[in-house]
Amino acid sequence: MALLEIRKVTRRFGSYTAVDNVSISVETGEFFTLLGPSGCGKTTLLRMIAGFDMPDSGQILLDGEDMMGTPPEKRPVHTVFQTYALFPHMTVSDNISFPLKMAGNTPRDIQSRVMEALDNVRLSNFGNRFPHELSGGQKQRVAFARGLVNRPRLLLLDEPLGALDAKLREEMQIELINLQKNVGVTFVFVTHAQNEALALSHRIAVMNQGNVEQVDEPSKIYGFPRNRFVADFIGKISMINALVVETTPSHLKLDIAELGEVTTISKEGIKVGDKGVMAIRPEQVRISHPSDEVVLKNHFLGTVHDLLYVGDVTTYIVELANGAHIKALLPNSAPGRAKFFEVGDRVGVSWRQDAGIFLND
Amino acid sequence: MKRSNKWLWSAAAVVYAFLYIPLAIVVVYSFNDSRLNAEWAGFTLSWYKALFNNKEMLTAARNSLIIALSASLGATVLGTMAGLAIHRYKLKVLPVLVFTPVAMPEILLGVSLLLFFLQVLNLTLGMISIIIAHTTFCIGFVAIIVRARLQGMDESIFEAARDLGASRWQTFRLVTLPLILPAVIAGALMSFTLSIDDFVITFFTKGVGEPILPIQIYTMIKVAVTPEVNAISTLLMLLTLIMIIIASKLEGSAASDGISRKETG
Amino acid sequence: MIKGNLKRDKENRIAKFLVSGPPLLFLIVFFAAPSLIMILTSFRFPGEFGGLAPLVSPAGAAPGEFGLTPEAYQFFFSNVLYAEIFLKSFGVAAATTLICLIMAYPLALLIARSEKRFRNLMVLLVVLPFASNFLIRIYAWMIILGPESGFSHAVNAVLGAFGMGPVTLLFSPFAVMVGMVYVHLPFMVLPLYTNLEKHDSSLLDAALDLGASAWQRFWLITWPLSLPGVFSGAALVFIPVLGMFAVPDILGGTGDILIGNLIKDQFLGTRDWPFGSALSIMLTLAVLSVAGLATWFARSAIGSVHKV
Repeated sequence: MALLEIRKVTRRFGSYTAVDNVSISVETGEFFTLLGPSGCGKTTLLRMIAGFDMPDSGQILLDGEDMMGTPPEKRPVHTVFQTYALFPHMTVSDNISFPLKMAGNTPRDIQSRVMEALDNVRLSNFGNRFPHELSGGQKQRVAFARGLVNRPRLLLLDEPLGALDAKLREEMQIELINLQKNVGVTFVFVTHAQNEALALSHRIAVMNQGNVEQVDEPSKIYGFPRNRFVADFIGKISMINALVVETTPSHLKLDIAELGEVTTISKEGIKVGDKGVMAIRPEQVRISHPSDEVVLKNHFLGTVHDLLYVGDVTTYIVELANGAHIKALLPNSAPGRAKFFEVGDRVGVSWRQDAGIFLND
Repeated sequence: MKRSNKWLWSAAAVVYAFLYIPLAIVVVYSFNDSRLNAEWAGFTLSWYKALFNNKEMLTAARNSLIIALSASLGATVLGTMAGLAIHRYKLKVLPVLVFTPVAMPEILLGVSLLLFFLQVLNLTLGMISIIIAHTTFCIGFVAIIVRARLQGMDESIFEAARDLGASRWQTFRLVTLPLILPAVIAGALMSFTLSIDDFVITFFTKGVGEPILPIQIYTMIKVAVTPEVNAISTLLMLLTLIMIIIASKLEGSAASDGISRKETG
Repeated sequence: MIKGNLKRDKENRIAKFLVSGPPLLFLIVFFAAPSLIMILTSFRFPGEFGGLAPLVSPAGAAPGEFGLTPEAYQFFFSNVLYAEIFLKSFGVAAATTLICLIMAYPLALLIARSEKRFRNLMVLLVVLPFASNFLIRIYAWMIILGPESGFSHAVNAVLGAFGMGPVTLLFSPFAVMVGMVYVHLPFMVLPLYTNLEKHDSSLLDAALDLGASAWQRFWLITWPLSLPGVFSGAALVFIPVLGMFAVPDILGGTGDILIGNLIKDQFLGTRDWPFGSALSIMLTLAVLSVAGLATWFARSAIGSVHKV
């Protein structure tokens, strides 16, 4: 039995549907992420799991028990808020002991568990400080400690790293992974940052306009996006209009106008005549001099239209004969080398037959 | 920049002088050994002595104190509730009823309450009617202060309390109330000052029996100006000054707690 | 499932009722009801010896002035004297507002541009005299403007040197204006300061950089951005001045009567309650239209600022 089961949950605000018939299940011990652009319904869904909001229809089950009608304080679920929501009039220790006091633990028990929680987030000497005396990262760790101190069945995290600067954010990501591993509490994490989701999660649910577009492991989400929204939202990808001309159990043959045929891996439910796009990640596209020997079947000639140097790699945007653009990523492996091609150079682009994917309209 | 600042400073100095010279004159003349508020005739404390021997004035002070304490207590409780309710719920009627008495000329509230007390309640005007009237217009001030504080706070703090296992009542007692307490106290002090100073509404809702401080002062000014007015004025200024110092100390300590700032890191 | 939702809804409603119920009830009884009573009173007949005639004719009484009547309003519009007093009150309110604005603006600007640690003290110094008793602040001007005061002597000496005067300062329209400005000045300073304090100083640097003179920087940037503060300050001064009776009552002469004095007299002098109520209703309407106008102006000022 799944720890958390969301069954056909819908939430409307007036005529606006924030969450539209969503079903998700989260297993015990999982680090599960709800990923999507702002307004996609991920925070609304999180608030319904916490009990701050109620679905208009559908069920939310925790350990098989319907949570409907259970107020937030009675749910074995805690939340880490984007703003941390530390009680400003209480010390760090008082903040962390709050859920224990509410649960009616004995003072001795509370003291030892607060010490342990402080230790877990490396803030043992900060118990008597007030929240406004802490740095952003420290506040963040207090919020984690407070949310985890009485071992909830589920910890909800609402963009908890959003307020931190880039460098601290990366440190906290690693800390968060270790924390979850150590305490073994199931996490449901909400974020709009795709790289954060890919780095942290066991599984990701990509949401858009109140719907779940895909639920999968990070590598599947990145490598095999189910539709154009997921492909476009996660990472960088080039898409070229294509038509299916042949299907076999192992691959698809696509026709690209004015260019010719390309081969991609097969996909369920696709039939000859389907329209859509051939999608390919920049790092899977090989860029070469036109004179180089052709080694891959999917091979086209084009012109470098633009390039973007970001230090470790350079992205080349190549214009193909039919006017379509395709991105190719090349590591700047030679020291001091900023680029291998110039704008206007004739180049060849090619990719493996199992690299591209077809996404129908 | 420098020159325009000099110009601003001189304009501001004139305004500050305009604000303070009249009050300074009242204070100075309260120690003047002359019945006339015209020339300095030497130092005396006799006007203060006369004041403390004036039975009616002392009764008036006591009555005003009772009114101010009762009205500020009532207004603080009701105003805090109103401030919380207006902040938390989408209400239509309550904000209008709370904020209108603050915004409109006092005379209108005075007149309508006078008519109401005499016609509907058949109440003999006196301390009770004044307390009710003062409570009515102080509620708005307390609500404004309490709401302003709530607006400055991160809403998720209250959700966090519920989330961590506190019931509604526990959330109010352990989180909401301690956080708005400086605003509640500031509102109470403000209500007390407004009530003890109020002339217009008191003028309309007073009875004939008990002397009330502002009315007593009004009569002295209108009928026979004696330097006793200067003395009572000076004492009242001292009282409000103390209240303001307490209030600003509270505000200051609240600000240094970092409570008034949003906890967003 | 739905049952659970209903239970939560019920709890929410109970919490909402517990918090908003008591103040709502109190204000319905002691604010809304009295206001309605005042409207009703304005349509009744005055009693023979003050107060009101009964609404229903008592049994056996001769038919007379009972029930409802628009008489009070007819009386108001039939006598040009009342329109004049309303007009004069608007004039005094407008003049007070303008003088307060001229005095408050430089002060508010100075406070807003001072170092942060001085600002609170400077604001406190504006509010402090305002916290002393209202009557005392008016009374202070009785001393200053009194015929035997140093100030009066000085003014008359100057006037005398030009072959004019002597004048009496106290109990005059001049004294009323001074009192009005003195009593209401902080109401103008505070909203102006609150607005000016939020201005981004880099805007002025940008204007300087683009070649604007000091005057241009004020007139083209600071002033238009401060308009919302100007309008809320204007409303906070204009509205109470409109209903003020104590200042003319204490500092003004017999001719210096404003709406407030007229209303006061109906209740505590001549005891014509219906007419007093009608005057109060007219004052309320005037206040509402002024407040509406100020809100509208402030909004359109904000709108034009955003467009820029």
